[in-house]
Amino acid sequence: MAKILENIKVSDKIYKLVIEGKFHGEMGQFFMIRGWDDYPLLSRPLSIHDKNNESITFLYRVEGFGTNKLTQLRKGDNIKLEGPYGNGYPTVKGRIAIVGGGIGIAPLLYTAKNLKNTVKELDIYLGFTEKEYLTDEFGKYGNNLYVSVGDFITGKLEVDKYDYVFTCGPEIMMRKIVEMAKGKNVKTYVSIEKHMACGVGACLVCSCKTKNGMSRVCKDGPVYLGEDVFYE
Amino acid sequence: MSNLNIEFGKVKFKNPVITASGTFGFGREYKEIYDIDILGGISTKGITKEKRDGNTGMRIYETSSGIMNSVGLENPGVEGFLKDEIPFLEKLNTNIIVNIGGACESDYLYAIEKVSETNIDMIELNISCPNVKAGGMAFGIKTKDARQIVKSARRVTNLPLVVKLSPNAEDIVDIARACEEEGADGLSLVNTFKGLAIDIEKRKPIFENIYAGVSGPSIKPMALRMVNEVYKNTNIPIMGMGGIMNATDAIEFIMAGSTCIQVGTANFVNPRIAIDIIKGIDDFMEKEGIKSLEEIIGII
Repeated sequence: MAKILENIKVSDKIYKLVIEGKFHGEMGQFFMIRGWDDYPLLSRPLSIHDKNNESITFLYRVEGFGTNKLTQLRKGDNIKLEGPYGNGYPTVKGRIAIVGGGIGIAPLLYTAKNLKNTVKELDIYLGFTEKEYLTDEFGKYGNNLYVSVGDFITGKLEVDKYDYVFTCGPEIMMRKIVEMAKGKNVKTYVSIEKHMACGVGACLVCSCKTKNGMSRVCKDGPVYLGEDVFYE
Repeated sequence: MSNLNIEFGKVKFKNPVITASGTFGFGREYKEIYDIDILGGISTKGITKEKRDGNTGMRIYETSSGIMNSVGLENPGVEGFLKDEIPFLEKLNTNIIVNIGGACESDYLYAIEKVSETNIDMIELNISCPNVKAGGMAFGIKTKDARQIVKSARRVTNLPLVVKLSPNAEDIVDIARACEEEGADGLSLVNTFKGLAIDIEKRKPIFENIYAGVSGPSIKPMALRMVNEVYKNTNIPIMGMGGIMNATDAIEFIMAGSTCIQVGTANFVNPRIAIDIIKGIDDFMEKEGIKSLEEIIGII
């Protein structure tokens, strides 16, 4: 059980939830979160948006009953979280592009923060359908920041410039990036989103097909080599 | 600490709490969270003769007091299970129950014979998975079919055989009696209820398979009733399950006639729930001055 420090709306349907405490967790990992007792039955998987010695932050979009219920929580309320779970993005060196689409930007802020001091070059690309949000936050960490609203962010991305592309967002966007990188000397890492139940790899409701067979997104993912997931 | 030991036929359990098939993998994942040797037993993910990728499309959906799943028995197949999972399971200090599904009798018998060569404690014959034909629910609807599969299974293994019954059976008592008559050592009940969920905007079922298995608190009263009816009409022990979310639920199932209980959906709500339930049963026995669980099994 932990205490909520802040739960604020940052854009239409997008909320930032800050929870008190020092938590472990790597870039791209997630926690199973529940801000209620019995209903809904399942917790919600939310990736680490940011963290420091005093708190951990999650960014979420209101999708259904569970996330709607999360919005009703206020400062000082109790919340339960289990984790960190999943594999997360790898620690790499070289020239990196981070590409986020919509709520897919959620795991990428902490990722950018971590990579900033270790990589040679870090460019950040953020795409939004209607309105941009939190771009200033990302601006602190990238050498260059590219933003697109109502257009495809992939249009701005020159994959050849990078050794790695880390991405999270709509499947169509991630698939496009993997295609763009095909045959080039650039590795893409994608973060997959699926409905989950246990969050630890036991129930197999989040399984997805990969080049290497069925894979559990919660345990073996959520981060995969792009070519392993979008191979068909 | 009360005496939580219990005998399920000839098999001794250190406590009556078993994690249900399909909700606990092969134990590895939860071993990273707590000492799973504390459990009475583990019922493994359902194993079929051949490796299966499971169902496509949505696999989980929440109801107002439960969940629906349509995993479709994704599993490594019996060979993969023997190679990759059995060495781990055999080292655990808890009872291992291997859950076996199948599309036809020969598939069941193949898998049963294979796992009977290992050091496991029990086989749970799954004739009740509603999500795929390969799960065997076809065998769990009609008494005649259940009788046949149990009779054949009994011939090919000396391991204790528990038959997992479907709440969708035509007559739960009738089918339970048939299993007993054909040599089942015990019964586990109930598996998930066959249900339907609809996406009204798409005007389509949520699940590609159309129907899916309902579990969780919403099925508890029906499951309890079935356990009780079967308890009153058979003489072999029962592993009861269906919406057990806490120790109170577990004790209800014991009072209804369960010798052991299985915890499924609740593992997803709280990964350590099985430990809480063991402790809760212990506390209840202490408070009520119950020396052995046998004092309360089937007292309703």
